[in-house]
Amino acid sequence: MNKVVAMDDVIKRVNDGMTVAFGGFAGVGAPLRCIEKLVQTRVKDLTVIAVANCNPFAAGKFDLAALFANRQVKKFITSHNGTCPEAVEQHRKGELEVEFYPMGTWIEKLRAAGTGLGGVLTPTGVGTLVEQGKQKLTISGREYLVELPLRADIAFIKGYRGDKMGNIQYRRVAINTNPMIAAAADYTVAEVNEIVEIGDIEPELVGTPSVFVKAVVQGYDMAEHQEKYQKLWQNGGILKP
Amino acid sequence: MDYREIIARRAALELRDGEVVNLGFGMPMAVANFIPPGVNVILQSENGCLLFGPTPKLGFQDADTANAGSMPITLRPGSAVFDLSTSFGIIRGGHVDTAILGALEVDQEGNIANWSMPGRSPGMGGAMDLVAGARKIVAILQHNDKQGESKILKQCTLPLTGKGAVNVIITDKAVFHVTPQGLELKEIIEGLSATDIKKATNAEFAVAADCCRYCL
Repeated sequence: MNKVVAMDDVIKRVNDGMTVAFGGFAGVGAPLRCIEKLVQTRVKDLTVIAVANCNPFAAGKFDLAALFANRQVKKFITSHNGTCPEAVEQHRKGELEVEFYPMGTWIEKLRAAGTGLGGVLTPTGVGTLVEQGKQKLTISGREYLVELPLRADIAFIKGYRGDKMGNIQYRRVAINTNPMIAAAADYTVAEVNEIVEIGDIEPELVGTPSVFVKAVVQGYDMAEHQEKYQKLWQNGGILKP
Repeated sequence: MDYREIIARRAALELRDGEVVNLGFGMPMAVANFIPPGVNVILQSENGCLLFGPTPKLGFQDADTANAGSMPITLRPGSAVFDLSTSFGIIRGGHVDTAILGALEVDQEGNIANWSMPGRSPGMGGAMDLVAGARKIVAILQHNDKQGESKILKQCTLPLTGKGAVNVIITDKAVFHVTPQGLELKEIIEGLSATDIKKATNAEFAVAADCCRYCL
């Protein structure tokens, strides 16, 4: 079995109008190369699922920003849309539909979709606008909202290492939304810094088992990856000598 | 001392040794700079980290180690990293002792609004889960807006983040506790009186028997 494929072969699977989920958290642990390629295709009318918008330190030039700037996104399902000026403006003008969920609810909706649950019960959002139109249940005297599964046609996640079977190892805080997103799509692409042989990842270090992954693509190698974020933070005035 | 530092210094005194603490974005992040000596807390970053250190200097950062604001952080002995579902399980499951959140408005019933206002709605991020799950919620905000209007209201006007969720309100002028009977004024900044606080506050409140000088 070899799930390693060329970037172009997975990118061409994304068609106009599809629902696409992206791993990462404001740019950290995000599949940067896949996003860059999607921007080039000009595929449009996408419904994008991502926990937050682009990285705040390079608005317009990193992570998801260009997809919004290119007007490739019709609807955004997220918990936060404050970091991408282009998307904020499109939302304000009513050109971009944004569906907000509390962050913990957002990730559980994806988990439900990926793990065969009909939904989840959460106390988060009771008594707020979030409860509008949702079923409420009272269990042991506490009110819960029924939140339904959230699923994508295709998902792009980012791992540290991926073996040819599709087992994915994550690194540090870059794991974030990736494992839940990996499970919640019909076709999941894992972009990794390093592609390795089957057996090179210790079984207990597998963060996403191969069963959730359909394709593995080569992302930036570790040196390029480190350099990209150093530049991002340095230019953003966050890192100082 | 500007109002942000006053509020951050006072909010830091709410933290107890050994607590698991989540600091929200903006002003709450500054609270980390004023935690008293001898008080060791475990800071959570909701993107998936428990116990982390300060922003590294250039050259010591790591592309995969950042907080929820996407700023580089450092991992230390005892740090743990995990996925977002686990992170919000920690929050909703009652494993965070104290969350300190910035607010746009709070009211006398302990309601808090901090995610949406007319013409600007960035979204709630993790704030709604924190107010639903953390054991103690400290809301921090300026007492009055630029026009001098009170942000401590009888009833919030903006979309709520959580209902009846706030335990302690800290402003640049006062500290209130939210009790089942309503707000209780606990501390007043030097130079002001309880009457001044009444004038500056829209919400109804009682003056606690042990009301004292604002601790800094």
